[in-house]
Amino acid sequence: MALTAIHKMTLAELQRKFTAGDVSATEIVRAYFLRVAHVEPKVNAYLTQCKNAAVAQAERLDQSLKGWRKTTPLMAMPLAVKDNICTEGVRTTCASRMLETFVPPYDATAVAKLRAQSYVLVGKTNLDEFAMGSSTENSAYGPSRNPWNVQTVPGGSSGGSAAAVAADECVAALGSDTGGSIRQPAAFCGVVGLKPTYGRVSRYGLVAFASSLDQIGPITKDVTDAAILLGAIAGHDPRDSTSANVPVPDYLKALKRKDLKRLKVGVPAEYFADGLDPEVEQAVRTAIEGLRELGADLREIKLPTTDAAVATYYVIATAEASSNLARYDGVKFGLRAGESKELLDMYLRTRAEGFGPEVKRRIMLGTYVLSAGYYDAYYGKAQAVRTLIRREFDAAFETVDLIVTPVTPTTAFKFGEKSQDPLRMYLSDIYTISANLAGLPAISLPCGFSKAGMPIGLQLIGRPFEEDTLLRGAHAYEQATNWRSKKPLVR
Amino acid sequence: MEITRQEVEKVAKLARLALSEAETTAFSQQLNQIVAYVQKLKTFSTEEVEPTSTVLGQTNVFRPDQVQASLSPEQALGNAPDAEANCFRVPKIIQES
Repeated sequence: MALTAIHKMTLAELQRKFTAGDVSATEIVRAYFLRVAHVEPKVNAYLTQCKNAAVAQAERLDQSLKGWRKTTPLMAMPLAVKDNICTEGVRTTCASRMLETFVPPYDATAVAKLRAQSYVLVGKTNLDEFAMGSSTENSAYGPSRNPWNVQTVPGGSSGGSAAAVAADECVAALGSDTGGSIRQPAAFCGVVGLKPTYGRVSRYGLVAFASSLDQIGPITKDVTDAAILLGAIAGHDPRDSTSANVPVPDYLKALKRKDLKRLKVGVPAEYFADGLDPEVEQAVRTAIEGLRELGADLREIKLPTTDAAVATYYVIATAEASSNLARYDGVKFGLRAGESKELLDMYLRTRAEGFGPEVKRRIMLGTYVLSAGYYDAYYGKAQAVRTLIRREFDAAFETVDLIVTPVTPTTAFKFGEKSQDPLRMYLSDIYTISANLAGLPAISLPCGFSKAGMPIGLQLIGRPFEEDTLLRGAHAYEQATNWRSKKPLVR
Repeated sequence: MEITRQEVEKVAKLARLALSEAETTAFSQQLNQIVAYVQKLKTFSTEEVEPTSTVLGQTNVFRPDQVQASLSPEQALGNAPDAEANCFRVPKIIQES
């Protein structure tokens, strides 16, 4: 098989070829690293590439398969992992100077599950430092670029993972999503991104940003691949006390139905308000019409507390972050600045040197809203408004099975356009944040292109632990359209 | 309600962040802008609304108290900036009087 054909395949296609013995692990790895070498200078998706280990592993796999060909579903599949997810023996930086040399002594549970199936790690992907940002501009190692137009951001914080999938630098990737960090870059890069229900995937080994919001999830070339990868990483984990003991269904089964008959889909007016780019609105409304044609029963719903979501999120997420990031003190791992004679001085200097501006800003905000005199007014208030947001979704899901919205107010923006104005950057998360606050599963998938040729995403939000319904809706729409056939030229 | 420069300095101390003059100035302005935006939470009535700290509603999650495989001291200390005799080494904490 021609090596240039390999990197264009989806995960499902590559699995079939490998299982049948039409392509070897060595050929897969060779094809992908050729592709990475070709486009990486333009995209900069990876912080660490694992070529030598991948080549050696592929040779071992091919050797072991001689004679009796017994494979696991993800065997030899070249995947990328966001660099805030721990990989045993492979540097995990969180795109921070603080963890420049940190080599985890263990795998995150999601990674351990992939490793048990003999996946191949292509490399660790770029992100906004500690997953704080919407563009990868906050990476301490330089931003990644959008393969559809390298003058624009790939989104964030899982921008490296989304760009790598879009540019065929891996067959699929893991990202993490605290306020939209899987779905927003997936929308910007024209790929599929799924944030699972809170508790669906173990957070063990995911470097904590905001523990009540963080989830690991797949970023893939299509919806079928998202179902495959989610099935591989989901499930209860005794090492994460917030992981849910809920059975994992066969997500591929959910894709068998090609229509949306008897599926009630809610359209919230609040997600089509001021600030939504007309091109994005038109693409999303056309897609919603497409859902109707597939048999969906569309209902108007109300989610009035949507207006409070960004404010609620930036209080809760920064509060949790200020607490989680207290561990970076120069003692047990990571950077220790200079020669301090005294402990407090070591803390102050280590954290001043190790963290970038956005991380410091969020630690400051989080510390402020938790500090004496402000706790009730900000943190307590935000926690109560979070309850209101959850209740609204609970009520909506009594009458509908899925909710459909835009993913982002605009298509991918240019470098520097928002990086000087933190609040403006935060407001671009408006449509993705609520799913995190309510703990709901949500998926982003392509639904069109702007006149400038940039991808537009469609978001479906589901009931807790109903990823199967989410995937069914997304798959039916995807199969009825042909957006996924268009590929970026990477220039 | 204005966050003063003194308050920013106090918060930085609580957060164990040594800020430069320029950072203190920038954060003073930006935190004021963000906190002004966050005031909109006050327009939502939350009387007798329980706060949400986690969506799953779990409380204490226990496991049996059994010995399990864990990291070796070498692994646990492998990323330490400074270690000695199976301990993390830090600058002196207790000063001689």
